[in-house]
Amino acid sequence: MKFIQKFFEDTKPHVQKGAKYHWLHSVHDGVFTLFFVPKHTSNSGSHIHDFIDLKRTMGLVVFALLPALLMGMYNTGYQHFAAVGELSGVGFWDIFLYGFLRVLPVIMVSYIVGLGIEFVFAQLRGHEIQEGFLVSGMLIPMIMPINTPLWMTAIATAFSVVFVKEVFGGTGMNIWNPALVARAFVFFAYPSQMSGESVWVSLGGKQAIDGFSGATPMAEAAAGQPNIDVWNSFIGLIPGSIGETSTLAILIGAAILVITGIGSWKIIVSTFAGGAVMGLILNYFAGDNAYMALPFWEHFIIGGFAFGAVFMATDPVSGTQTERGKWIYGFLIGILAILIRVVNPAYPEGMMLAILLMNTFAPLVDHYVVEGSIKKRLKRIKVKA
Amino acid sequence: MSKHFKLKRGLDIRLKGGAETVLGSVSQIRTVALKPTDFPGLTPKLKVKADMQVKAGDALFFDKYHPEILFSSPVSGTVKAVNRGERRKILEIVVESDGKMESLAFTKADPSVLSREQVKTHLLQSGLWPFLKQRPYGILAKPADVPKHIFISCFDSAPLAPDYSFILKGQEKMLQSGINALAKLTDGKVFLGLRDGDAGFFGQLKNVETNIFSGPHPAGVVGIQIHQVSPINKNEIVWTINLLDVLFIGRLFETGKIDMRKIVALTGSEVNTPKYYPTILGGCLENVLVNNTKKEVKERIISGNVLTGTKVEQDDYLGFFDHQLTVIPEGDNYEFMGWADPGFNKFTASKAFFSKLFPKKSYTLDANLHGGERAFVLSGQYEKYLPMDILPVYLLKAILANDIDKMEELGIYEIVEEDLALCEYACTSKIKVQDIVRQGLDLMMKELG
Repeated sequence: MKFIQKFFEDTKPHVQKGAKYHWLHSVHDGVFTLFFVPKHTSNSGSHIHDFIDLKRTMGLVVFALLPALLMGMYNTGYQHFAAVGELSGVGFWDIFLYGFLRVLPVIMVSYIVGLGIEFVFAQLRGHEIQEGFLVSGMLIPMIMPINTPLWMTAIATAFSVVFVKEVFGGTGMNIWNPALVARAFVFFAYPSQMSGESVWVSLGGKQAIDGFSGATPMAEAAAGQPNIDVWNSFIGLIPGSIGETSTLAILIGAAILVITGIGSWKIIVSTFAGGAVMGLILNYFAGDNAYMALPFWEHFIIGGFAFGAVFMATDPVSGTQTERGKWIYGFLIGILAILIRVVNPAYPEGMMLAILLMNTFAPLVDHYVVEGSIKKRLKRIKVKA
Repeated sequence: MSKHFKLKRGLDIRLKGGAETVLGSVSQIRTVALKPTDFPGLTPKLKVKADMQVKAGDALFFDKYHPEILFSSPVSGTVKAVNRGERRKILEIVVESDGKMESLAFTKADPSVLSREQVKTHLLQSGLWPFLKQRPYGILAKPADVPKHIFISCFDSAPLAPDYSFILKGQEKMLQSGINALAKLTDGKVFLGLRDGDAGFFGQLKNVETNIFSGPHPAGVVGIQIHQVSPINKNEIVWTINLLDVLFIGRLFETGKIDMRKIVALTGSEVNTPKYYPTILGGCLENVLVNNTKKEVKERIISGNVLTGTKVEQDDYLGFFDHQLTVIPEGDNYEFMGWADPGFNKFTASKAFFSKLFPKKSYTLDANLHGGERAFVLSGQYEKYLPMDILPVYLLKAILANDIDKMEELGIYEIVEEDLALCEYACTSKIKVQDIVRQGLDLMMKELG
């Protein structure tokens, strides 16, 4: 460890202002602080500070994402071998390895492009590299269909980092969830490439077997023929975006987030509550519409509902920031997601749009909560007067 | 009948090195110093020069804008030096004690028969007035004001805090006399905040109204108690004073003398045997600290507690309002992959380290920030450590935006730095909460006078 520390300490003078490699300053600082918690001590205010910092926080979110990511890799392989009809002839590791090799480049593209831009912005603005993208960079690959071309992922990542994050001032300042905007960007910018049934299953150049459709359960449901294999949907062996398919893995992630206190359990619970309420309302008016008649809990295991509720809606920056606001925010996300899903056939996945919409309205929700607090204080004076 | 306030929000930081209730002994204190920097917003004007002879109670300096507020020497002796900083700002006035503790003679009187003006004059002339703090803003009380109420917390809930019952044992009469004097200064009441189940003899004090508080720190912080009992509205003024400082006032009225001897708790993980030591207001720390710290690692000495105290050196002087010294490791070293450590040994307010599984263990914490400063990212964090009906992050953002109307609407009048100190400790983004609060209070004073 000493030699790494020595390397960074020795190279530090060369990246200071005025030195030859000053343009590497942010990178140097970013990597150094990744290896070593800085030695800065408190010089005003409280003398002691909690051990938790943003690196720990973001690291834990990435850790919570891992079960879903690993399941996603396995599922990518599973869908591939199922589609080409070779499932019976391959073992667990073959399946996982195939998925791993298909997913890894997407993750690398997302991190390289995103972090590259972050480094440049940090250097231009002269501040430290912030950790926000550690999570966004992992989320972006996980909500992309597996057959999204890498160049598309790269453009979407660049778009969201520049226009959703950096123009607002970087980590902590953005209005929308950067990862979701990347997904929305791909969805709206390349509709012809990104729709249909060919994007969800990686064929790897092989011919699919007869009768293979590649349609996600959501697409089937939207077409009026819901055909949900509950067990496979829960485990995650259905076509879908890389990280969203396994409800089980997402629940493990949710447990990590809630136990460590990093994710807001209020938002998670209220989102599911909102989804359930809307599901029941639709059931009531279903008539002979099979999608509307879908039991509400089946909505939770298909598509991106669970993933969105656990990892996207809980983003502390783009969500509501007051405790009361969190209940309202989550509940409305749940309602809107199911409503868009079922009622609007143009957008088979409502979760993305529901969260982006509520990101937009989060400051409004907070505004009224804050106003409530202000009114209470004013009332106190009036009572006295 | 006292009311019982059960506070849920807050946190007791379990540090190693709590003081044993034993009084140690120190060598005779040679030098004391008053530091005008202990009083936010004060512009001091000197009354003495180096080498002048003073008695205890002789004014060393006064407030430029309220010349009647005097700051007097705690001991008799010679003014040794006036130490100045940048732009000739007065940092400290050092007095070398002659060891006799001679005091100016003040009238001995029962405060309950004196008038408000007489009590005021007494406190102002003797230099005991500066112990009174005004809220809003946490500044020196203004003699011309009549506060709505006076609030006194009868316990300190901060980490490793001194035990008031121990320090004040046997001083009931002095204390009562001090409280009687304070009661003259307000048209309202003197409120005492008692700790649930450990009220000591403070519950028997007269001429006061008591409230009982239970819950973790900051339950003992007077600002939190005020908020629970009678929150401060716009244009209202309340005063606060530390219970331990009421003793000085009591002595003045009981004996007619200035007697600034006090007891300080020496605490912290780097102290050999944490216990209590006698000293004097502004006394040199050398006497208390010498040979009493471990010297194993680089040490940080704090006059006060770890949340709100001031960083000092061994040859420095005790802060005007401080009754505690804390010595912790400085911690100015790199930690390899610290953010990825499972953290069995890392006390935390969050739930992100395994130390959470050991709710009884005490820890050694150092002064390292444990991370870089960031923007506000997480939400709902500060609220957990502030038992007030206030939205702290919105208030802090209003301060950063210099938005006076919003600051007022969100409750700036109700807070001072120490109320939010715990938020600063727990903050993931390492935001300097107390500095921001002071910045906001200064702005309000500047704009509204």
